[in-house]
Amino acid sequence: MLYAILCYDSEAVTTAMSAEEDGALMDRLLAVQEKLAKRGKLGPVARLMPTNTASTLRKGPQTLVLDGPFAETKEQLLGFYVVDCETQEEAVGVASELAKAGTHGTGTYEIRPLMMFKPNAALT
Amino acid sequence: MKDAAWIDAALTAARPQAVGALLRYFRNLDTAEEAFQEACLRALKNWPEKGLPRDPAAWLIFVGRNAALDDARRRSKQQALPSDDLISDLEDAETAIAEGMDSGQYRDDVLRLLFICCHPELPANQQIALALRIVSGLSVKEIARAFLITETAMEQRITRAKKRIAEANVPYEAPDARERTQRLTTVAAMIYLLFNEGYSASGGTVHVRVPLCEEAIRLARLLLALFPAEREIMGLTALVLLQHARTPARLDANNAIVLLQDQDRSLWNKDMIAEGIELVKKALAARQPGPYQVQAAIAAVHADAARAEDTDWAEIDQLYAVLQGLQPSPVVSLNRAVAVAKLHGPDAALAMIEPLGEQLTTYFHFYGVKGALLKQLGRVDDAREAFDRALALANTAAEADHIKMQIEQLPKRGKASAA
Repeated sequence: MLYAILCYDSEAVTTAMSAEEDGALMDRLLAVQEKLAKRGKLGPVARLMPTNTASTLRKGPQTLVLDGPFAETKEQLLGFYVVDCETQEEAVGVASELAKAGTHGTGTYEIRPLMMFKPNAALT
Repeated sequence: MKDAAWIDAALTAARPQAVGALLRYFRNLDTAEEAFQEACLRALKNWPEKGLPRDPAAWLIFVGRNAALDDARRRSKQQALPSDDLISDLEDAETAIAEGMDSGQYRDDVLRLLFICCHPELPANQQIALALRIVSGLSVKEIARAFLITETAMEQRITRAKKRIAEANVPYEAPDARERTQRLTTVAAMIYLLFNEGYSASGGTVHVRVPLCEEAIRLARLLLALFPAEREIMGLTALVLLQHARTPARLDANNAIVLLQDQDRSLWNKDMIAEGIELVKKALAARQPGPYQVQAAIAAVHADAARAEDTDWAEIDQLYAVLQGLQPSPVVSLNRAVAVAKLHGPDAALAMIEPLGEQLTTYFHFYGVKGALLKQLGRVDDAREAFDRALALANTAAEADHIKMQIEQLPKRGKASAA
């Protein structure tokens, strides 16, 4: 079964990190990713740009395009992983490995089974 | 990150909202700061055990407000409020205040806090110092180090600034739309000033002060998160990101200035550039260009060129023409001349900057550019004269060294004239 691991955290906190802290964090996460990739469990991985760069399109009789993220929340969606796991527990285990590599006190991972997955073209 | 580090990061991130709200309650900067300080102390005790509250800013506002009220009551020997540990445990109370603080309230609180720091009666250096102290929460010591003055002098500067503000009577009512726009403009100017102070230090031996730049970026992002539809704030954020992205390449191993055309572009921060370009494209799409957006667009054209020789100088020239229309200034014309030199040669550029001489008699970069153009034209003596003037006006050691290097590169005078 494929699962998405959605990463949420307070953008105000993550953008307050220094370049060194951010680099070190990314290196630690990369190490976890490499382990997963070797076991053939890792699908697409994405890190999103800050929500300042977002546009929001509201559907309705007239579509409306707004600046900024779709909702004002305490934590923002920062990125996601797609992983191949036997059970949801295993996927939660992967998320907790990522959480440990992150080692900072805030943030949330949401683990959701995928209903449909179409990798389409391999983008680089 | 260790416990202390993430709590620190969370406190820093929540600070503008929390101090802003506490200021609205108490209408006194010192009381608001003390209340926030007290709330932070309690957070340091409380959070490591209980974890981060869902809304750290709301928690800090609630606890800080109670601590200050409690303190006031104790002083007037009235009955104290229940212990703060008790109150802060109550999830309901925290939720209530979080719901009471809608995002519009936060927006105006943070804007007011920033706006107070750039009161028109304060000179620029006091504005920046105050913002760093109150909004960013840097210690007086850190700020003093950034400005290369003593801690005592900085303490005095901040105290003077606070006194002026207390006398200035800033209104606490929610601003109307026009007032809000004015405040935003003033605050944006202060953030840009802060960035420039870090980007090109106005004195001393250090040429680039990264923490000031990073703080300016953080404040710009904060402002944009609160006002996501403001094109100029989007432009400002893009501008500071794009400029700061080049920092690793701006000085060499000996701290000497490396000109844009000679920089190792592989050292530029690609993530910041990508974010900056994304923001500037988004801003300009609304077709309400302003000075920050156009300056960001110019920075984006530079950032977009893989090699210096790939730079689209015609585009840069056009953007400077737009900027001249929006914000006529001799400095903008001087910058445009650099693009003109690339497009039409040093003669055309020199003709363009000659008339600026009167207005820019004390501007380091005017003589730097003039000298470089004269050098290209082989007018060695005139170039030397311009560089000498630049040297006398240099603000930092790195600027002075750069000009000395330019002078050394000039062809030596013939023996006859040297004798």
